[in-house]
Amino acid sequence: MAHDHNTGGQDENLTEHHSEHIVPIGIYIAVFLALIVLTWVTSGVATLDLGRLNIFVALSIAIFKASLVLLFFMHLKWATRLTKMIVMSGIYWLILLLFIVMMDLWTRGWMGVPGR
Amino acid sequence: MSSTATPLDQTPVARHHFENLEQQKDASTIGMWVFLITEIMFFGGLFMAYFAYRQAYPAAFASASNKTNLLIGAFNTTVLICSSLTMALAVRAAATGKKNLIVLFLILTLLLGGAFLGVKAYEYHDKWVHHEVPGAHFECEGCQDAGHTPLFFALYFGMTGLHASHMIIGFFILVYLIRQAGKGAYTPKWFTPVEMFGLYWHFVDIVWIFLFPLLYLIDRSGAAK
Repeated sequence: MAHDHNTGGQDENLTEHHSEHIVPIGIYIAVFLALIVLTWVTSGVATLDLGRLNIFVALSIAIFKASLVLLFFMHLKWATRLTKMIVMSGIYWLILLLFIVMMDLWTRGWMGVPGR
Repeated sequence: MSSTATPLDQTPVARHHFENLEQQKDASTIGMWVFLITEIMFFGGLFMAYFAYRQAYPAAFASASNKTNLLIGAFNTTVLICSSLTMALAVRAAATGKKNLIVLFLILTLLLGGAFLGVKAYEYHDKWVHHEVPGAHFECEGCQDAGHTPLFFALYFGMTGLHASHMIIGFFILVYLIRQAGKGAYTPKWFTPVEMFGLYWHFVDIVWIFLFPLLYLIDRSGAAK
């Protein structure tokens, strides 16, 4: 059993033999309130003119909110390491799709195309 | 939902190809996540199309996005987050063996999801009467680069429509779960269907968490005009 996994100070056995983990209601309420507040924060910030930063702020808040849902509502924080790896591989694949295509689209104008 | 239908008032039994209930549950969890990853790629293609067209026609996307109602969008996001909370609490009620609470929280989840779709239907209707549905009678009043605004609305209807259809499928499963929970089918020892459906419902919530800023929040300051 490796001890390089980070379960935030949880019992070492938890990730290997995940006994039924009952999450305290307080955590659910806290995550819920954070999600609500961030929804209205992102709506408010969108009305400010931040130039190109607008999209990055909006997506950063969305990624943070999604992480809260994944970790706490979907219990990923207490999932087995195999489950965590499968989820990360899925997200990694999505990033590959978005990033590689956008690299193409962003850089097309950088060099002239011979014959055009 | 891989487990056998559990006879009521009996200890749930793992299927013969599993060593014990815990291993069976781990297998269900992994299977559900693999399904959700296929869903990530399903929606991912649409997100890819969105980003590609948004960077190609930024002005059209900015003015078309301003046709959506920010307040309604933010309100609906709040409603959906509430339904995610009640779903999480339903799973917790199942894990702690509170039968009546499972039923209550599942019904609340169903009602909040219904409220979300009701608001969505109102928005669709609003778009319809304003001729903002791509097609022969499409028009985008006062939009910049109006020729490319149908791209935004096609993606708007495609992405929110796919999201809404996931919720409608969720309603059918919710009704089934409420019925089973009412019969006492879920105990702290075995409530895999409730937990797996929770994963699905939260995933649908996450999709909306990204759809909201991408569809409703482009250029709300009006700087591009």
